[in-house]
Amino acid sequence: MDLVKFLQYIASGTAYTIAVTLVALPSGLLLGMLFSILNVYGGKVSQRLTSLYSTVMRGIPPIVLLFILYFIVSGSINLSPFWAGSISLGIVSSAYQMEIVRGAILSVSSGQMMAARAIGMSKNQAIQHIILPQTLRLAIPPWSNEAAIVVKDSSLVYALGVPEILRRAQLISASTQEPFLAYAIAALIYFLLVFITNRLLDVLDRRLRIPANP
Amino acid sequence: MGKPILTIKKLTKKYGDNVIFHDIDLVVNEGDTIVIIGPSGTGKSTLLRCINLLTCADEGQIWLDDLEITAKGCDEDRVRQHIGMVFQNFLLFNHLTALDNVMMGLTRVKHMKPDEAKQKALRELERVGLSDRADHYPGQLSGGQQQRVAIARALAMDPRIMLFDEPTSALDPELIGEVLEVMRKLALEGMTMLVVTHEMGFAREVADRIVFLEKGSVVEEGSPDDLFYHPKHERTREFLWKITELYGKKEKEY
Repeated sequence: MDLVKFLQYIASGTAYTIAVTLVALPSGLLLGMLFSILNVYGGKVSQRLTSLYSTVMRGIPPIVLLFILYFIVSGSINLSPFWAGSISLGIVSSAYQMEIVRGAILSVSSGQMMAARAIGMSKNQAIQHIILPQTLRLAIPPWSNEAAIVVKDSSLVYALGVPEILRRAQLISASTQEPFLAYAIAALIYFLLVFITNRLLDVLDRRLRIPANP
Repeated sequence: MGKPILTIKKLTKKYGDNVIFHDIDLVVNEGDTIVIIGPSGTGKSTLLRCINLLTCADEGQIWLDDLEITAKGCDEDRVRQHIGMVFQNFLLFNHLTALDNVMMGLTRVKHMKPDEAKQKALRELERVGLSDRADHYPGQLSGGQQQRVAIARALAMDPRIMLFDEPTSALDPELIGEVLEVMRKLALEGMTMLVVTHEMGFAREVADRIVFLEKGSVVEEGSPDDLFYHPKHERTREFLWKITELYGKKEKEY
């Protein structure tokens, strides 16, 4: 088997890796945003519940959670390993993203909320139009770290049989007895994906930065 | 004398056992400018926050026109639309331009059409002398300009009364004048204002009445002339002298 075919075989898993990331990352962000808002503005009960959620989820290895969630998700609804795995990864990531967004909310001064309420905006309006737009900008740098982690953690769904990069590298390594080459190619593709993701987020960060005098 | 716009009766605020202020009575009539003075920690800011319901008073009542806004079930968001508030540290929305800051309340709270809101916002910026800064973000404006935008943002809602919480205390001395100038103009236009400040020059010149607050209660209340020249309490004279000495000089210099 020549190198080109070898590479092609592994690289064809890239679409899966990207797809898993594109499901897990935004669903984790949505859940993370929701939980962080509940944590900061939702009153005592929801603060306790979301804090508990975050502590538990972040205290267990992602692969263990992935298996648990996979069996819960696929046991209750009939989902393909791809969807079950991606959603599970998203849930794992939501705990980390919740902490990122929560930190960003807390660093937007409480005065911004007060000023919004003072002109007659409701709490929800203030969160939507004043707090979140500033929060999400602040969250981009730490979030790009989490994005890199999710790109890499997408490799975990190989354990559920999703034919993504790592799964394919493993298969071809077994059939050709070329493990080093197989995993080196996988590593290279992961690295490129992470690198590009971070670069894109850097650009986004610069584009969205609020103008200010030096 | 106009009719009362804001009436406060026996207002008390505590944090635990710590009494911030107690049994405050105050009436602000239409078109009046009332200046509240007093040492720090006497509850002046907390009083303003209670008035626009950002903080909940423990006892007593507040009426805005004929509506008791401390009553249970009163729609806070609706009340706040009618009470303009200017904060010590401006609190402009950092991610929005000056124009968008002023438009925010118009489009989101008053549900004005964007075109209409923009025209109105530009007029308000004009009123504070900043129409040429409409596209600037707060980070691109000086403190004085930020505070004037904050005043425009509050004015845009056409409030019944404007509350100012030490509006010049966070400003460099050379920027204080432009903000006081805007406030002076507002007072002359007949805006009803309740101002917490240490600017005695402003108080003496613009206030219809000065209220001296200390340790959570009103020590003395009267016209600027009464308080400056014929105070009933020794403590009032002492405080006014000290403050005028501290801040008055600065005013002459600039």
